[in-house]
Amino acid sequence: MATVRHSKKACAVNPLKMSQPIGGALAFMGLADTMPILHGSQGCTAFGMVLFVRHFKESIPLQTTAMSEVATVLGGFDNVEQAVMNIYSKSRPAIIGMCSTGLTETKGDDVEGYLRLTRQRHPELEDTALIYVSTPDFKGAFQDGWAATVLRILQVLVEKPAAPREPARVAVLPGGHLTVADIEELREILESFGLEPVFVPDLSGSLDGHVPEDFSPTTIGGTRREAIAALGSASLVLAVGEQMRTAAEWLGQHIDAPVQIFDRLLGLGATDRLMAFLADHSGRPVPTKYRRQRSQLVDAMLDGHFYTGGCKVAIGAEPDLLHGVGRFLAELGCELAAAVTTTDSPLLEHLPVEEVLIGDLEDLEARAAGCDLLITHAHGRQMAERLEIPFLRMGLPIFDRLGAAHRLALGYRGSRDFIFEVANALIAHGHEPHPDEWRLPAQASAQPLQHTG
Amino acid sequence: MSTLSSTVQNVFNEPGCGKNQGKSDKERKKGCTKQLQPGAAAGGCAFDGAKIALQPITDVAHLVHGPIACEGNSWDNRGAKSSGSLLYRTGFTTDINETDVVFGGEKRLYKAIREVIDKYDPPAVFVYQTCIPALTGDDIDAVCKAAREKFGRPVIAINAPGFVGSKNLGNKLAGEALLEHVIGTEEPEVTTPYDINIIGEYNLSGELWQVRPLLDELGIRILACISGDAKYREVAQSHRARAAMMVCSKAMINVTRKMEERYGIPFFEGSFYGIGDMSESLREIARLLIERGADAELMARTEALIAREEARAWAAIAPYRAPLAGKRVLLVTGGVKSWSVVAALQEIGMEVVGTSTKKSTAEDKQRIKEIMGEEAHMFDELSPREMFRILKDAQADIMLSGGRSQFVALKAKMPWMDVNQEKHHAYAGYVGMVEMVRQLHLALTNPIWGQVRQLAPWESTTLTLDSPVVADAASAAQVEAA
Repeated sequence: MATVRHSKKACAVNPLKMSQPIGGALAFMGLADTMPILHGSQGCTAFGMVLFVRHFKESIPLQTTAMSEVATVLGGFDNVEQAVMNIYSKSRPAIIGMCSTGLTETKGDDVEGYLRLTRQRHPELEDTALIYVSTPDFKGAFQDGWAATVLRILQVLVEKPAAPREPARVAVLPGGHLTVADIEELREILESFGLEPVFVPDLSGSLDGHVPEDFSPTTIGGTRREAIAALGSASLVLAVGEQMRTAAEWLGQHIDAPVQIFDRLLGLGATDRLMAFLADHSGRPVPTKYRRQRSQLVDAMLDGHFYTGGCKVAIGAEPDLLHGVGRFLAELGCELAAAVTTTDSPLLEHLPVEEVLIGDLEDLEARAAGCDLLITHAHGRQMAERLEIPFLRMGLPIFDRLGAAHRLALGYRGSRDFIFEVANALIAHGHEPHPDEWRLPAQASAQPLQHTG
Repeated sequence: MSTLSSTVQNVFNEPGCGKNQGKSDKERKKGCTKQLQPGAAAGGCAFDGAKIALQPITDVAHLVHGPIACEGNSWDNRGAKSSGSLLYRTGFTTDINETDVVFGGEKRLYKAIREVIDKYDPPAVFVYQTCIPALTGDDIDAVCKAAREKFGRPVIAINAPGFVGSKNLGNKLAGEALLEHVIGTEEPEVTTPYDINIIGEYNLSGELWQVRPLLDELGIRILACISGDAKYREVAQSHRARAAMMVCSKAMINVTRKMEERYGIPFFEGSFYGIGDMSESLREIARLLIERGADAELMARTEALIAREEARAWAAIAPYRAPLAGKRVLLVTGGVKSWSVVAALQEIGMEVVGTSTKKSTAEDKQRIKEIMGEEAHMFDELSPREMFRILKDAQADIMLSGGRSQFVALKAKMPWMDVNQEKHHAYAGYVGMVEMVRQLHLALTNPIWGQVRQLAPWESTTLTLDSPVVADAASAAQVEAA
């Protein structure tokens, strides 16, 4: 059991946290033919866009209502209307997804009202879904924006009365901490049980780094609006990450389907629970390839435990990622020596660590001294250098390595690879003994033997 | 806000700006930034611009007063390099919450300044205003003044909240803050007749260090670079320079011109990109210094250096000339001045088939015309879709642009090279030009181009040998052979 504390500092130093609106915008990027837009100053969008471009190495569809000082004070209706109509006339997307920012929340713009009025004045928008989410920058963090946006997407798009029930159809709600590779792996697992997953949202269709035939200013893949509308036919709602609980429970109730939430899918036990559940739900045995992969994971644990055992780890990550990685490392014999996160979550107090701090990377750096391994997003690079400890990049953003979207840490295969990554990082920083390593203390007889490492 | 709006107006009236000179009073009052179009806008805000302009000052603590978005989403993401302190790469923000929005964030800001000084002991703290506290009325000038008095060191308000305008306006507002609070506040220990300022150079990828050895050899001292690899003290003492070079014309014109007005420092506008421009800049620096009292023999030494370095550069470039000659470039940039890059590319025999002039002044455009001829394709606003079409139709062999549009080129399976602030290679001075040519050659001749344009074996072949994609692959192969 962990004590959860909030940092008391007035100044955040080296932020771990990113803002809600861009978490929301990323969720919209997993819908097909969609243009996400931030209702705020143009810088809000520019910073988010640069961040995602550097992480995904892809063009990022993200627009802005370009609020000026005067527009903010007078209210943003004109800008919202113009933005919607400009996007509509240029690319006629199926969905325009709008997230608020701290600026327009401070002013108190009634954006739902603005959008209703825009629709009234422009009947041609009839076939365009307009989805608005409230995501103030001064509250919560990235994963909160993601979760709130997925909930709104479902609330606006899922139709009632429900389509006829399809026994194989599963509505899957992945947390924002899952990578493209994680989503692809989960899809493959579900399909191998004969299930038909519909991911909301699905970054593996849009931000997986493929080369489309033509240029599009909107998203170049992702879940289609019609597929979300028809989710009433799903026989199961499956969510990954505690952040998805509200959305999953809402959807389960709305379409009257059972809800299954997995707080993580990293590790042997966690993946076993997924497999057992799917076998039960589908009435099919666990496919041979997963029996094989499980065995490979067990072997990786055997090979890897020499390195992970007793290894002191410092992790800075959003709650769901922190929970998944932290628990798995503890299961491998690592000691969670420092845990810093960005926002509240019921998972935090259950982490196998003394204290979880909602803070920044300066806090993590202070606690990571003496650790053997640092795990956080790419902004950990400066502290890793100062602390001279191995550094495993996880989370978002990862702007100084390629392939961030294709890093797999889910299922037996992902867990196996994760062990190798951790162990290899430790091996690469291996300690070489020197002749004075075990020199006796001045008064050897007076002192009990102590561990020197 | 009255002081901020008067500063903004003051910047809009900048007489040194080429664009401004052609405007009526009414137009000038409206400002130099085009009204942003909601739903069709791109680019950073004024805060972004202010941060870009000042963050390269390496030993200052740059503290952002705002919600997490402004710093949390963007910190440590620029390529300005430092020869000393790394404090500028530390992200400081008040990360304001709902309570600060409702009750005001001034107390939090004051405490934050104290924490930063206690823990990091910087020679100065720059406090950046952002939209929300500007809207709720946090008086950062008053907080900074109180902190300066209490802590006995410069705490400087950078008043450029995002919603007042564009990145470019932010550059200028940052400059105003330097003029108001930093420049001229300290005296250098020694001055020489060979002291210059370089203004508007940010040492991205270390480009200043490609130029500095040339100046070192001539005995010319960079008293201050504003702001690449600068220390606070250097900027504070920069009013004692004998001459100045203004590098990126639009960003810091107000600083350069007002330093001439207040401290009598003459300046010229130049570029470090391209062999010809680099030499011209060295000549101008020498000329201005001689005018202000440096020994006239400086010019002869400068010419000797130019002759030697030009010869070295051309010799290094020679092997690339044949393979690059006639290659067509689409140049989409705002970060570096289009005309100087155009000239640089033409020096090696490449053909610029089009260039964007979104951020260029009328004077810049005139220069582009002079260099490229009357038929020059100048695009005021080149949409990504249009870029994609130009490349897909093989109307250009390579696109040079900033990072954000790189995927337009790459998805069209066309070579691309970064020429903006995030780039990983340094292209300034003579060595930089050689590097740029080398990188161009590498980009154009990489063996992937032929492969990535190849259809998969299961895709039906409807292409003929003279269709653009195939023809292009063939020409890439020729380059390879050459």
